[in-house]
Amino acid sequence: MDTKLNGPVPSKPSRWSFYLFLIGIFIIVLISAIYIDANPFTFFRNSENMFDLIGSMFPPAWSYIATTTPAMLDTIRMALLGTTFGMILSIPIMFLCARNIFRIRWLVEASRIGLNILRTIPDLLLAAIFAAILGFSPIAGIVALSIFSIGIIAKLSFEAIENIDNGPLESMTAVGANKLQWIAFGVVPQILPHFVSYVLYTFEINIRAAAILGLVGAGGIGLYYDRALGFFAYDQVLALILYTLVVVILIDLISLKIREKLL
Amino acid sequence: MIELENVSKIYPNGVKGLQDINLTIDKGEFISIVGLSGAGKSTLLRSINRLIDISSGDIRINEQSITSANEKSLRLIRRDIGMIFQNFNLVKRSSVLRNVLSGRVAHNNTLRTLLNLFPQKDVDLALKALERVNILDKAYTRSSELSGGQQQRVSIARALAQEAKIILADEPTASLDPVTTKQVMDDLKKINTEDEVTVIINLHFVDLAKEYSTRIIGLREGKVVFDGSPAEATDEVFEEIYGRSLKEDELLGEENL
Amino acid sequence: MNQSDPLKKARRKRRWKFTTLFIILIALYIWAFSGIEFRGIQETAWPVTKNIIHGFISPDLSFIYSPDGEDLIRGLLETLAIAVVGIMLSIIFAIPIGLWAAKNLSSTSLISQSGKGILSFFRTMPDIILALLFIKVVGPGAYAGMLALGIGAIGMLGKLYAEEVEAMDEGPVESIAAVGGNKLQQLAFGVIPQVLPGFISATLYRFEINMRSAATLGLIGAGGIGTPLIFAIQGRSWDRVGIIIIGIVIVVLIVDLISSALRKRIV
Ligand SMILES: Nc1ncnc2c1ncn2[C@@H]1O[C@H](COP(=O)(O)OP(=O)(O)OP(=O)(O)O)[C@@H](O)[C@H]1O
Ligand SMILES: [Mg+2]
Repeated sequence: MDTKLNGPVPSKPSRWSFYLFLIGIFIIVLISAIYIDANPFTFFRNSENMFDLIGSMFPPAWSYIATTTPAMLDTIRMALLGTTFGMILSIPIMFLCARNIFRIRWLVEASRIGLNILRTIPDLLLAAIFAAILGFSPIAGIVALSIFSIGIIAKLSFEAIENIDNGPLESMTAVGANKLQWIAFGVVPQILPHFVSYVLYTFEINIRAAAILGLVGAGGIGLYYDRALGFFAYDQVLALILYTLVVVILIDLISLKIREKLL
Repeated sequence: MIELENVSKIYPNGVKGLQDINLTIDKGEFISIVGLSGAGKSTLLRSINRLIDISSGDIRINEQSITSANEKSLRLIRRDIGMIFQNFNLVKRSSVLRNVLSGRVAHNNTLRTLLNLFPQKDVDLALKALERVNILDKAYTRSSELSGGQQQRVSIARALAQEAKIILADEPTASLDPVTTKQVMDDLKKINTEDEVTVIINLHFVDLAKEYSTRIIGLREGKVVFDGSPAEATDEVFEEIYGRSLKEDELLGEENL
Repeated sequence: MNQSDPLKKARRKRRWKFTTLFIILIALYIWAFSGIEFRGIQETAWPVTKNIIHGFISPDLSFIYSPDGEDLIRGLLETLAIAVVGIMLSIIFAIPIGLWAAKNLSSTSLISQSGKGILSFFRTMPDIILALLFIKVVGPGAYAGMLALGIGAIGMLGKLYAEEVEAMDEGPVESIAAVGGNKLQQLAFGVIPQVLPGFISATLYRFEINMRSAATLGLIGAGGIGTPLIFAIQGRSWDRVGIIIIGIVIVVLIVDLISSALRKRIV
């Protein structure tokens, strides 16, 4: 084919901003790696430790499962109660944060900023602080998880509220309902299935979180991780890991089944 | 030359897509395949470049069997066969030029293409191809920003840049309006006559088939029920292919153009 | 009479279902509450709370920067660095495993299923447990934390990547196959351009999570701002706890803002 063009070739768009972006990312990663001294060889030099560690995990100390079962049950209790209190506390907050419910601009925006700040605080950090306040007990874990849950449930729920269908709301206004009636009959029926689904999802997250809160003294199975690692009893550690995995997977399955039924 | 010998296709669910097809297609022909929905038009077309594996028989492209070709030679055979789809199948987020250049991947070594380092000759070919279908000015536009007709012309340009000897087009105009349909068909006809590219096209409209092709093949329930020139394809023949008289919507209709 | 029977039956069945659910929930809560020792709260709870609040009101500003040794800025930078290098490590592993697990890229479901299996294995491991193990391998510090985040995020990232690939349009991939492109070329010209925005968005989302995780790794000795934080908590220096938490909140907020702005631009 003769490739001589008759018309003018359009000018090629410059891609320098894209390349600059790539180079920027590369530099950030490089500096970060240097900053924390992330030399890949360090890992390989220590890979012997790794194999030693894995080797000493087997066979898992199955008997440890019986010893730690009360703590495992505590973990489940913490997740259950933490999610429940978080759910209750989320209800007013999520309505406050939804722009289509309250028309008081500053209040809504302030609530949203508050919620965003709350969401920046990691679960383990909350647990460490409440363990300091309330003492080393599952109560610290429950309080930490309650606050942590608000960040998830209220965030997801207020977004769901903002996406609801306006029709039922208008008809409620038309029949002269007050604000509470308006929420109860116009909003709640529409978001209830979503809300329950978010609560269950949060419960799944909380089970995982509750399993480690004990590391900072907030009760549950995490305490035993600390203990077993402290004694270099890696066979016990593996038993704990497997035990946690099974519980987490079981609860995920149950929760998934319920969520499927709901939606 | 394309030869199909006793080609049958039975889908895993038992549907007979093609039944004992025998065809010989010469270089430079412009062939329309017509038939009811489900007659096996797409199955036939996609068997030719082996996007579908046939169940029995043999298909040869220039004496070389594509049916028994290994991976490498399959890719080399496909390199010379362009394909145009009803829904264009362009990467919408990529530029027009990159979509056209993707027709050149099998001509270059893999590493080069992965790094997007196409030789200048390929870029020239791609730009020329775009000029031939009148969308050179869109070379650096995102494909998603083009109209349907323009997108279809990008895929024709891809086949051109590919330097395909055969173009397979599966209802290329089905999602276009009558005016754009005519432009796309004209483009294909031009490539067919100027470059001696064999064109095999599945068509829904029988009047388009009669206007553009040198040969019409009628399919019904996976069998060839007609094979002849447009002059021979009378209304009775189409009644035979469709099992009934033609309906309004199977004619594009001159007044629409 | 007869006609209303099935209706009644359905209603009775529903009522049954609700009652059962109700009883199960009540039993669950009785079990949960009865297992918790509510007397466990220490008497110092209130004074400690007051001290903490005081710490937030007048945080230890001198800790923000000190020319020598540990300070807030260095701790936060280290946290950021752990999250960044960690996410790079995850991407390197998650892309191949994610592609492997996508069912529209594999010829038999056995292949994609095994990929999915690997991903769910990675997903069940909490970052913190991984960090504890890596501390045993490479010693305490940021390096262990980076490895923990890097490995810990593979499961989630890989799953998100696989879902992105499964949602793509397969037409363009087929058209590359039709012009004779090999598997790698199909990937580069058909798959990657389509899924790239989704991959980036998923990566940024996970990076937001990484930031929060990285801030806590130090609590168990895996580097970052958590290290001075746990010392401050144990030493009851609440003004220092205050400044560290304020620092974490600000940095995480900024990262969230940048990330969500980028995600909006991409899609
Ligand atoms: N992947 C598949 N699996 C099973 N059966 C199929 C498959 N693809 C096509 N078929 C069947 O094979 C027959 C021929 O299909 P084909 O797509 O070739 O028809 P067509 O003539 O192209 O129809 P249309 O005009 O609707 O595109 C149809 O009965 C169809 O249902
Ligand atoms: Mg078809």
